[in-house]
Amino acid sequence: MKTTRHRLGVAFFAALPLLSLAACGSSGGTTAADGSVTISFLYDNGEASVNAAKALVQGFEAANPKIKIETETRPAGTEGDNIVKTKLSTGEMNDVFWYNSGSLLQALNPGQTLVDLTGDPVIKDVEETYLPVVTQGGKVYGVPTGTATGGGILYNRKVYEKLGLQVPKSWAEFTANNDKIKAAGLTPVISTFKDTWTSQLFVLADFFNVQAASPTFAQDYTANKAKYATTPAALTGFKRLEEVHAKGYLNKGFGSANLDAGIKLLAEGQGVHYPLLTGVVPGFLGKFPQLATDVGYFALPGDDAAKNGATVWEPSASYIPKTSKHLDAAKKFLAFIASPAGAVAIGKGTPPAGPYRIKGATLPADAVQVAKDLQGYLDKKEAAPALEFVSPVKGPSLENITVAVGSGLTTAAEGAAQYDKDVEKQAKQLGLAGW
Amino acid sequence: MTSSKPGTVTSSEPPTVAAGRRAPARKGKGGRGNPYPYLFYVPAGIVYTVVFLVPTVMAFYFSMTRWTLFDSTFVGLENFTDFFAEQNLRIGFQNTLIYAVTTSALKVVLGMALGVVLTSRLKMRGLLRSVVFFPVLVSTVAVGITFSVLLKPDTGLVNKALALVGISGPDWLGDANTALLSVALVDVWKGVGLATVIYIAGMMSIPRDYYQAVAVDGGSSWHRFRYVTLPLSWPATNSVIILSFIGGLRSFDLIWTMTRGGPGFTSDVIASIIYKQYQAGFFGLSTAGNVILFVVVTALVVPLTRFLSAREVSA
Repeated sequence: MKTTRHRLGVAFFAALPLLSLAACGSSGGTTAADGSVTISFLYDNGEASVNAAKALVQGFEAANPKIKIETETRPAGTEGDNIVKTKLSTGEMNDVFWYNSGSLLQALNPGQTLVDLTGDPVIKDVEETYLPVVTQGGKVYGVPTGTATGGGILYNRKVYEKLGLQVPKSWAEFTANNDKIKAAGLTPVISTFKDTWTSQLFVLADFFNVQAASPTFAQDYTANKAKYATTPAALTGFKRLEEVHAKGYLNKGFGSANLDAGIKLLAEGQGVHYPLLTGVVPGFLGKFPQLATDVGYFALPGDDAAKNGATVWEPSASYIPKTSKHLDAAKKFLAFIASPAGAVAIGKGTPPAGPYRIKGATLPADAVQVAKDLQGYLDKKEAAPALEFVSPVKGPSLENITVAVGSGLTTAAEGAAQYDKDVEKQAKQLGLAGW
Repeated sequence: MTSSKPGTVTSSEPPTVAAGRRAPARKGKGGRGNPYPYLFYVPAGIVYTVVFLVPTVMAFYFSMTRWTLFDSTFVGLENFTDFFAEQNLRIGFQNTLIYAVTTSALKVVLGMALGVVLTSRLKMRGLLRSVVFFPVLVSTVAVGITFSVLLKPDTGLVNKALALVGISGPDWLGDANTALLSVALVDVWKGVGLATVIYIAGMMSIPRDYYQAVAVDGGSSWHRFRYVTLPLSWPATNSVIILSFIGGLRSFDLIWTMTRGGPGFTSDVIASIIYKQYQAGFFGLSTAGNVILFVVVTALVVPLTRFLSAREVSA
């Protein structure tokens, strides 16, 4: 869950614990005799992030020949979180690092560890609506790096065409589609519980529908007044998860299947719906080029077809630690990242999976289908940020609980109650008010 | 986790060997107490203090704080109450015990059987001994990943082999009923080599006279096993049980690489619960969990060691 909560837009690739510490050397920048400066840039080792970061560095160095950038990778997911925290707390953080926005940034103690960018020209091209997810205590700390990603259902358009199906807007329509797909001998819903984070989408990506039905949920939830188990709209996500398993929509061996296997099923059309994030797609284009055109995205259907929309994860951001000795060069790099030229450079390495949050940066005409579909929801203003961008409260065990509910081991009500307890533990550990 | 330090193999030897070697040296140098200055302890002592004692004491302190790596707030015993309130703790303890008991029992039985076979006169005995020991040398993580692939429901070699004889195998690691046991069996596969080596060492040190005595009395090979090998390899059994039981209680790497405690929480053990808390950034809470694990392992192993060594004397 940590993974989902943060790795959006880019890196969903399992990182072997083995590799995690190997990459953790110290990395200060240097100034050479000829006045050129070398700074270092840390990002995660998911294929999409690596390609994006390399393209970004190339673009920047071409425009700024006096500044060289050394790159360093770290594991994605929770191993990466701990490396970032360790580097910051020991003062060994790279001059610029790429890390999640939203609730995970709050855990880095930005006031103590990061350079304040409020009012700095560095952020002039950043869309104002993005800033809250990189802000703590009224101060802005990062610039969006990469694209937003949509949570919902990735579906195989070829199969939809062949079976004559329409994109569903309500749960009833979705179920009807699933029945037809099943009757055609294909897998209606792909689940890959070996990569546990992929099990959470029915709950997390349902947030647009939750807030449409219960507009104050995020606020009440943060204040310890609303619970998943006792708010019917919020409980629905768990029920959906239970239902797709009970109706036998899942692929065989879902318990030990991983993300790669799920993408293969989807790309080759044996599986038709995959509850996932659009940000996963670019990383797999090398292996399955047909993903660019054959796979589309629709928001998780809710009870009310009139109030359906996409749940969106904001892009991760790049930050400068207070310990950086090359603040000017680092700021130049950040300014480049948060400019239309930077967006173009990133797009060369990793095709966008959703909109950039930079003024003047638009999706290219040949963008992957899922990105276009997501942009469609945003253009119609039928989109809302995921809960983790509007509330700091998130329990760490959601992904295990959703695996249990999605495998029929735990009922939806029980799972939601377990998650409420898990959230309470997190809130207490964070020392949040009201818990 | 199941494998132990190579040094433990020799611990089943009679302690007198080591003591006997040291004794003359001590007497040779004047015979008054320790001939070496305590200064000689300093290098090892410093290393031990820095890498073991200091962190251990710090762990006890941090287990009583809310700790974000950036700062820590003292919260008394709150982390311990929170840890005991952990919803899946009961499953975790249950699984830990099941895992430790299953793996050590199987390692004793299989290790002894292999020990008997490999101490008998066999062709290619040396080769077979190496083959049995080989899994011990492989990295646990590599074993975990390899078996995850072998145990896949449709494409895995195990189920394909079962399909040949008409059995449709389950989703070993994805099914809540089989996940923990599958991991335990892989653990046994990996750890039985060490148990076998300990047994071989134990059985080789049994004097031949006893077997000759059985032969004189007209005993069969069953008698040789039942009345000589079995009782006299008790020190070996003792070591195997202790080592694999402690290993089982602390087991983590294999479970983590194969199931990550899943599906859901069905194969969670104490160590994986603690690791997940650490991953979640609850550093104080997970440290408290480690302190508890330390106490629990000690509380189980100390009486077990006493019990087993009491048996050893009477045997």
